[in-house]
Amino acid sequence: MSHESQRNIRCLVAKVGLDGHDRGAHVITRAFRDAGFEVIYSGLHKAPEEIVQAAVQEDVDVLGISILSGAHNTLVPKVVEGLQEYDAFEDTLIIVGGIVPDEDREGLKEAGVDAIFGPGTPMEETIEFIRANVKRRD
Amino acid sequence: MAAQDAPDLVDELLAGKHRALARTITRIENRSPGYRDLVAALYPHTGNADVVGITGSPGSGKSTLVDKMAKAYRDRGLTVGVIAVDPSSPFTGGAVLGDRIRMASTATDMDVFFRSMSARGSLGGLSTATTDAVKALDAFGKDKIIIETVGAGQNEVDVVKTADTVAVLVPPSSGDDVQMLKAGILEIGDVFVVNKADLAGSDKTVTELKNMLEMREGEAGDWDPEVVETIANTGEGVTEFLDVLDAHADWLDESGRREAKRHQRHAEELRNLLREDASELVEDELDARGGIDELVERIDAGETTPYDIADDVIEPLADCLDQQRD
Repeated sequence: MSHESQRNIRCLVAKVGLDGHDRGAHVITRAFRDAGFEVIYSGLHKAPEEIVQAAVQEDVDVLGISILSGAHNTLVPKVVEGLQEYDAFEDTLIIVGGIVPDEDREGLKEAGVDAIFGPGTPMEETIEFIRANVKRRD
Repeated sequence: MAAQDAPDLVDELLAGKHRALARTITRIENRSPGYRDLVAALYPHTGNADVVGITGSPGSGKSTLVDKMAKAYRDRGLTVGVIAVDPSSPFTGGAVLGDRIRMASTATDMDVFFRSMSARGSLGGLSTATTDAVKALDAFGKDKIIIETVGAGQNEVDVVKTADTVAVLVPPSSGDDVQMLKAGILEIGDVFVVNKADLAGSDKTVTELKNMLEMREGEAGDWDPEVVETIANTGEGVTEFLDVLDAHADWLDESGRREAKRHQRHAEELRNLLREDASELVEDELDARGGIDELVERIDAGETTPYDIADDVIEPLADCLDQQRD
């Protein structure tokens, strides 16, 4: 008998570190919801360990990290390391949003980030990227 | 990563691997192929956790209270699992699952496993999915499992009913106490928590609740529901609340009600599964007959009625069962 499976894309929208600006994260959260995703929002000022805990426990397909403070080069690798520790890195799509200077982009991608979306990226572009690249697991 | 075999996943879950637990719950939620075998394999490892259901209107402070509960349990050396159910949009299926944001007291403590669930697939499937997710947490070895849900409708009531102990949060002088009680919430609560007890009108709400509970008809030997006051924000009253939960758990054991509840729950689980399977049999039959739309068009045209078609579809199934029944 064919049991109908009901798969939704699950996302964690995460604010890491000290910057207190989450308007962008809120807008993204709503846009993801309206796209039919299930979105978990981390809240402000989270430590990388908290993000890892949430991503692992919620078993999200997508981890979207919003950083406006410029600390991405230290914070993002910590998150990636944590995910690796729990075997959750390989099948999580990691995207970074916010202000990332061009010269840092390559390094973040090498660290394991799948895509970086700067200011002014149309919401549809981000959503399409997720739909096309989410790592199907079962 | 390729899909993992169910036995591997079960082994890893039982070995205490967090990702295996998370993935198991995902499969349960998605009703992925094979999820039933997965739950069946976990079944023998369950039955050790205390399951508490928390319900109440939006903004009554459920998530904040759950955070404080988890902290208090951890202080006692107990491990905790939380399933927080939030509504999803009936149009897009999308949802913002916001309960996790309140779990500040136990952040980074992996012995608190918090999982947000959306109320998707709500055709009776929600309570099946949450019961199964609770089983996964139970098999993982959690001592205390909390199910948190908005007490808005029958679905949510069904969900908390699967818990051993049910706590209902009532905000002080919300003015709609009576409305809330109409929804049948009064009957399901073992403990009533007047949260935000520092707000005006709290005493009045406590009195009203107590009066209403006294009027509730029960049998001799039944649990007398208690009313407690908390200020979840500061943690005030949380210890007293947990004491009442413990007292109820003891009462369940001493009165033999835990066994009776378990029996009831198993019956409900079986019914839900059978209902699901039966309705899929019928869907397949409808497809074989050219799909539901074709049949409905005949109703639209006034040629027949839903009753006639239903009889028509079910009859051969019933005949089939009749013949098989020795």
